[in-house]
Amino acid sequence: MKIQVRYFASLREALGASEMVDAAEGSSVGVLRDLLIARGGRHAEVLTRGRAVRCAVNQHMCADETVLAAGDELAFFPPVTGG
Amino acid sequence: MARVAIQSADFDLAAEVSALRAGDGGVGAVVTFTGTVRDRHGSRGGISELELEHYPGMTEAAIEKMIDAAMARFDIRGARVVHRVGALKPLDQIVLVAVTSAHRGQAFEACEFLMDYLKTQAPFWKKETSPEGARWVDARVADDEALRRWGIDAGNAGG
Repeated sequence: MKIQVRYFASLREALGASEMVDAAEGSSVGVLRDLLIARGGRHAEVLTRGRAVRCAVNQHMCADETVLAAGDELAFFPPVTGG
Repeated sequence: MARVAIQSADFDLAAEVSALRAGDGGVGAVVTFTGTVRDRHGSRGGISELELEHYPGMTEAAIEKMIDAAMARFDIRGARVVHRVGALKPLDQIVLVAVTSAHRGQAFEACEFLMDYLKTQAPFWKKETSPEGARWVDARVADDEALRRWGIDAGNAGG
């Protein structure tokens, strides 16, 4: 299934604003993150498990366990710093 | 009026408050918080610019939900949040939270609740430029702790 992945702030600078990613049906956010890390290079560097990365599915904050559906918009970004 | 505005333009505190309490004779208290851009951050001085990035769509929805939570939790009559994005300079206004209520206690609390919530749950990111270069601002654990006072786990800086 196709998932639109968006990046913000430092992740956007490293990986670009968005990309389409093909993942197995029923994949969770964590599985998709691991898929991206497995590509190596910059993806592995900025999404690595040691780094604080937050995520949102369809513009709602989510957890690693959140299950994705075809057409979902998934975003990865650093901890937020507004206000 | 809309409860949330994300804009590059500056805001006028007096005009915002007038609009928020217009025509509501039940309002006896207005509490506002205004955040402004500093020219220093920790040991770094000489900050010349603060760039604010956000997640259009999610930002507005997230803050709407925070206001819903504040309305449910406190006895307040109205709330308005304005947050600026784009390139800002030291001394610029960056964020406004305004709350109206019958008596001051609930408005003070709701204003602080909204700021604590916004700091850790609204998708904004700050990048500051100083003579040392540009860098993304780190989230503060203290902001997560501020939200925990309200019984909400932020999971932001600590995550």
